[in-house]
Amino acid sequence: MNITALKSLIDALSAPTISFTILTVIFPFIFPPSDWFEKIHRKSGLWRIWTKLGGVIGMILITAFFVIGYFDPYFNKTLTKADNFPIVLMIYSMWFYIWLGMFKAYRNDIRLDQGLKPNEYNDPDDKVLVWPDLVYIEFIALILFQVFLIVWSIIVAAPIEEPANPAATPNPSKAPWYFLGLQEMLVYYDPWIAGVLLPTFIIVGLMAIPYVDINKKGDGYYSFRERRVGMFIFMYGWVVLWLFLIIIGTFFRGPNWNFFGPFEYWDIHKVEALTNVNLSELLWVKWFNQGLPSNILIREGLGFVITGLYLFVLPVILAKTYLKDMYAAYGPTRFVTIMMLGLVMLALPIKMYLRWVFNLQYIVAIPEWFFNI
Amino acid sequence: MSDKNDKSLLEKMEESQVWKSIIRSGIPRTRRQRMHAILGSVFLHLHPARLPKHAVKVGYTWCMGGLSFFLFVNLTITGILLMFYYRPTVEYAFTDIIDLSEQVPLGIMRELHRWAAHSMVLIVWLHMVRVFMTGSYKPPREFNWGIGVILMVLTMLLSFTGYLLPWDQLAIWAVTVGSNMARATPFLGNEGPGAALLAIGDINLVHVGSDVRFALLGGRFVGEATLLRFYVLHCIAIPFVAMIFMAVHFWRIRKDGGISGPL
Repeated sequence: MNITALKSLIDALSAPTISFTILTVIFPFIFPPSDWFEKIHRKSGLWRIWTKLGGVIGMILITAFFVIGYFDPYFNKTLTKADNFPIVLMIYSMWFYIWLGMFKAYRNDIRLDQGLKPNEYNDPDDKVLVWPDLVYIEFIALILFQVFLIVWSIIVAAPIEEPANPAATPNPSKAPWYFLGLQEMLVYYDPWIAGVLLPTFIIVGLMAIPYVDINKKGDGYYSFRERRVGMFIFMYGWVVLWLFLIIIGTFFRGPNWNFFGPFEYWDIHKVEALTNVNLSELLWVKWFNQGLPSNILIREGLGFVITGLYLFVLPVILAKTYLKDMYAAYGPTRFVTIMMLGLVMLALPIKMYLRWVFNLQYIVAIPEWFFNI
Repeated sequence: MSDKNDKSLLEKMEESQVWKSIIRSGIPRTRRQRMHAILGSVFLHLHPARLPKHAVKVGYTWCMGGLSFFLFVNLTITGILLMFYYRPTVEYAFTDIIDLSEQVPLGIMRELHRWAAHSMVLIVWLHMVRVFMTGSYKPPREFNWGIGVILMVLTMLLSFTGYLLPWDQLAIWAVTVGSNMARATPFLGNEGPGAALLAIGDINLVHVGSDVRFALLGGRFVGEATLLRFYVLHCIAIPFVAMIFMAVHFWRIRKDGGISGPL
């Protein structure tokens, strides 16, 4: 396979429809949350990701992607933007540290299986002195980091563009890189959800973690199997719904926020068909073959019912059936909190797929009240 | 120079009144002196004098919390230096930034500040990942995890407000994109759901000249008032709040049983 074919393949694979799906499908096999997933995780050899070999291969793949990208005339432009360098750092460091954490977790899992204490354990009476044992480590760490910053500052000039001009909107206009995940969510949700509600839920959800996680195991050492469900949920939210959306927003979104593969030319005239329809239009116009009712609540009734069922009835049904044991163990307050946070988090991928599969714009569409879901 | 029986220069210095007044315990050679070096220093006493072995290993902590704090201090220092040269007005902001690299000797201060800022966002994120992966948020540390989440949000807000200050195309449009979302805040934004309900008769209380976006920008679009507002937020307001939360964060690490570890 020559390099051009490889590039077109990567371009095609990076389309959010495909890359997001691959990541989502493969994710539970990488961070297995149940016995069934764990069995396939073991059999398929995916567990090798968290060995030394897996770590090195991951580093090589990332480096290969960037090297190929550096010599590609189009990707080079995005990659060498000074403010995109933090994303390169982000990809390397997130991979390395998540790998490191999992590597240590797997070693501890084996020890715990054998009835041993985790690697981090030592005799509580056997302590070391902070001076010099910690102070010199901190000193070295900050010297090294300062050297790194100075070298980075000498090599790469901080970006400065033309003076601010409120009359000339650049296309695409992008938020700072750490907010590009939120900007990417704007494709699927209106600003009041993507820009206000979801960030609030992210912050509240993160703060709620210690209060809803009643699993006492895995406190103070790296471990995976003892807390695999929690780890899976956190890692999915963190890696796929946050970091990966940032990568899409930085590298794969060009003029008019259209998708472009990394090795594709950012054609400002690329035409994307806007054929999205609202659920109410589907219901009344397409299925009932009549005009939209003038009463807003009747018009959007189905959307309200579906949203209500999803947020308020589904948790009740789950509490009585599939998640009965969980409800008993967690109690009503914790259960409802977990359900609300979890369902809102899941609403993002759900809406993404509704858009991709059915071209659905809004489930509830009331532009009159700026209330679109 | 001196006789072999004489005390070394260091030892002589150690016995001087000046030295003793500053460092009471002497050069930390004995166990007791080493503990005192930590306890007697206002900066080092953030640490306990003794720690379990795993707690000083880079493999366990990744040093990320310490580096976050280091970057905050680093950014404060480089930020103060930048403030000597920078005037937050539409007229001067951009040219002052150009001058920073072209007129100021050794002009990499803005680079140091910007790259340290990007690093800090990453390092704070990695700190959160580490704390999650070691389960260190579990009781009794659940409150401190919440403080940490707030500090992470403040870090991103600090970075975001600083993004506007160069007053170039990159800056104003990134901030325009970011702050446009505020327009859609439920009840408080002029294009947010429920805002139309807040009205007396047919006079809207929440409109483009009074909503939360207006309060953030000090105007209807990113302009002169926004620059000043973001400058004050970036240099004074958010660092002030962040310092309070950091004090609580560090205090609570110690009060909640020190660094996490297996029992």
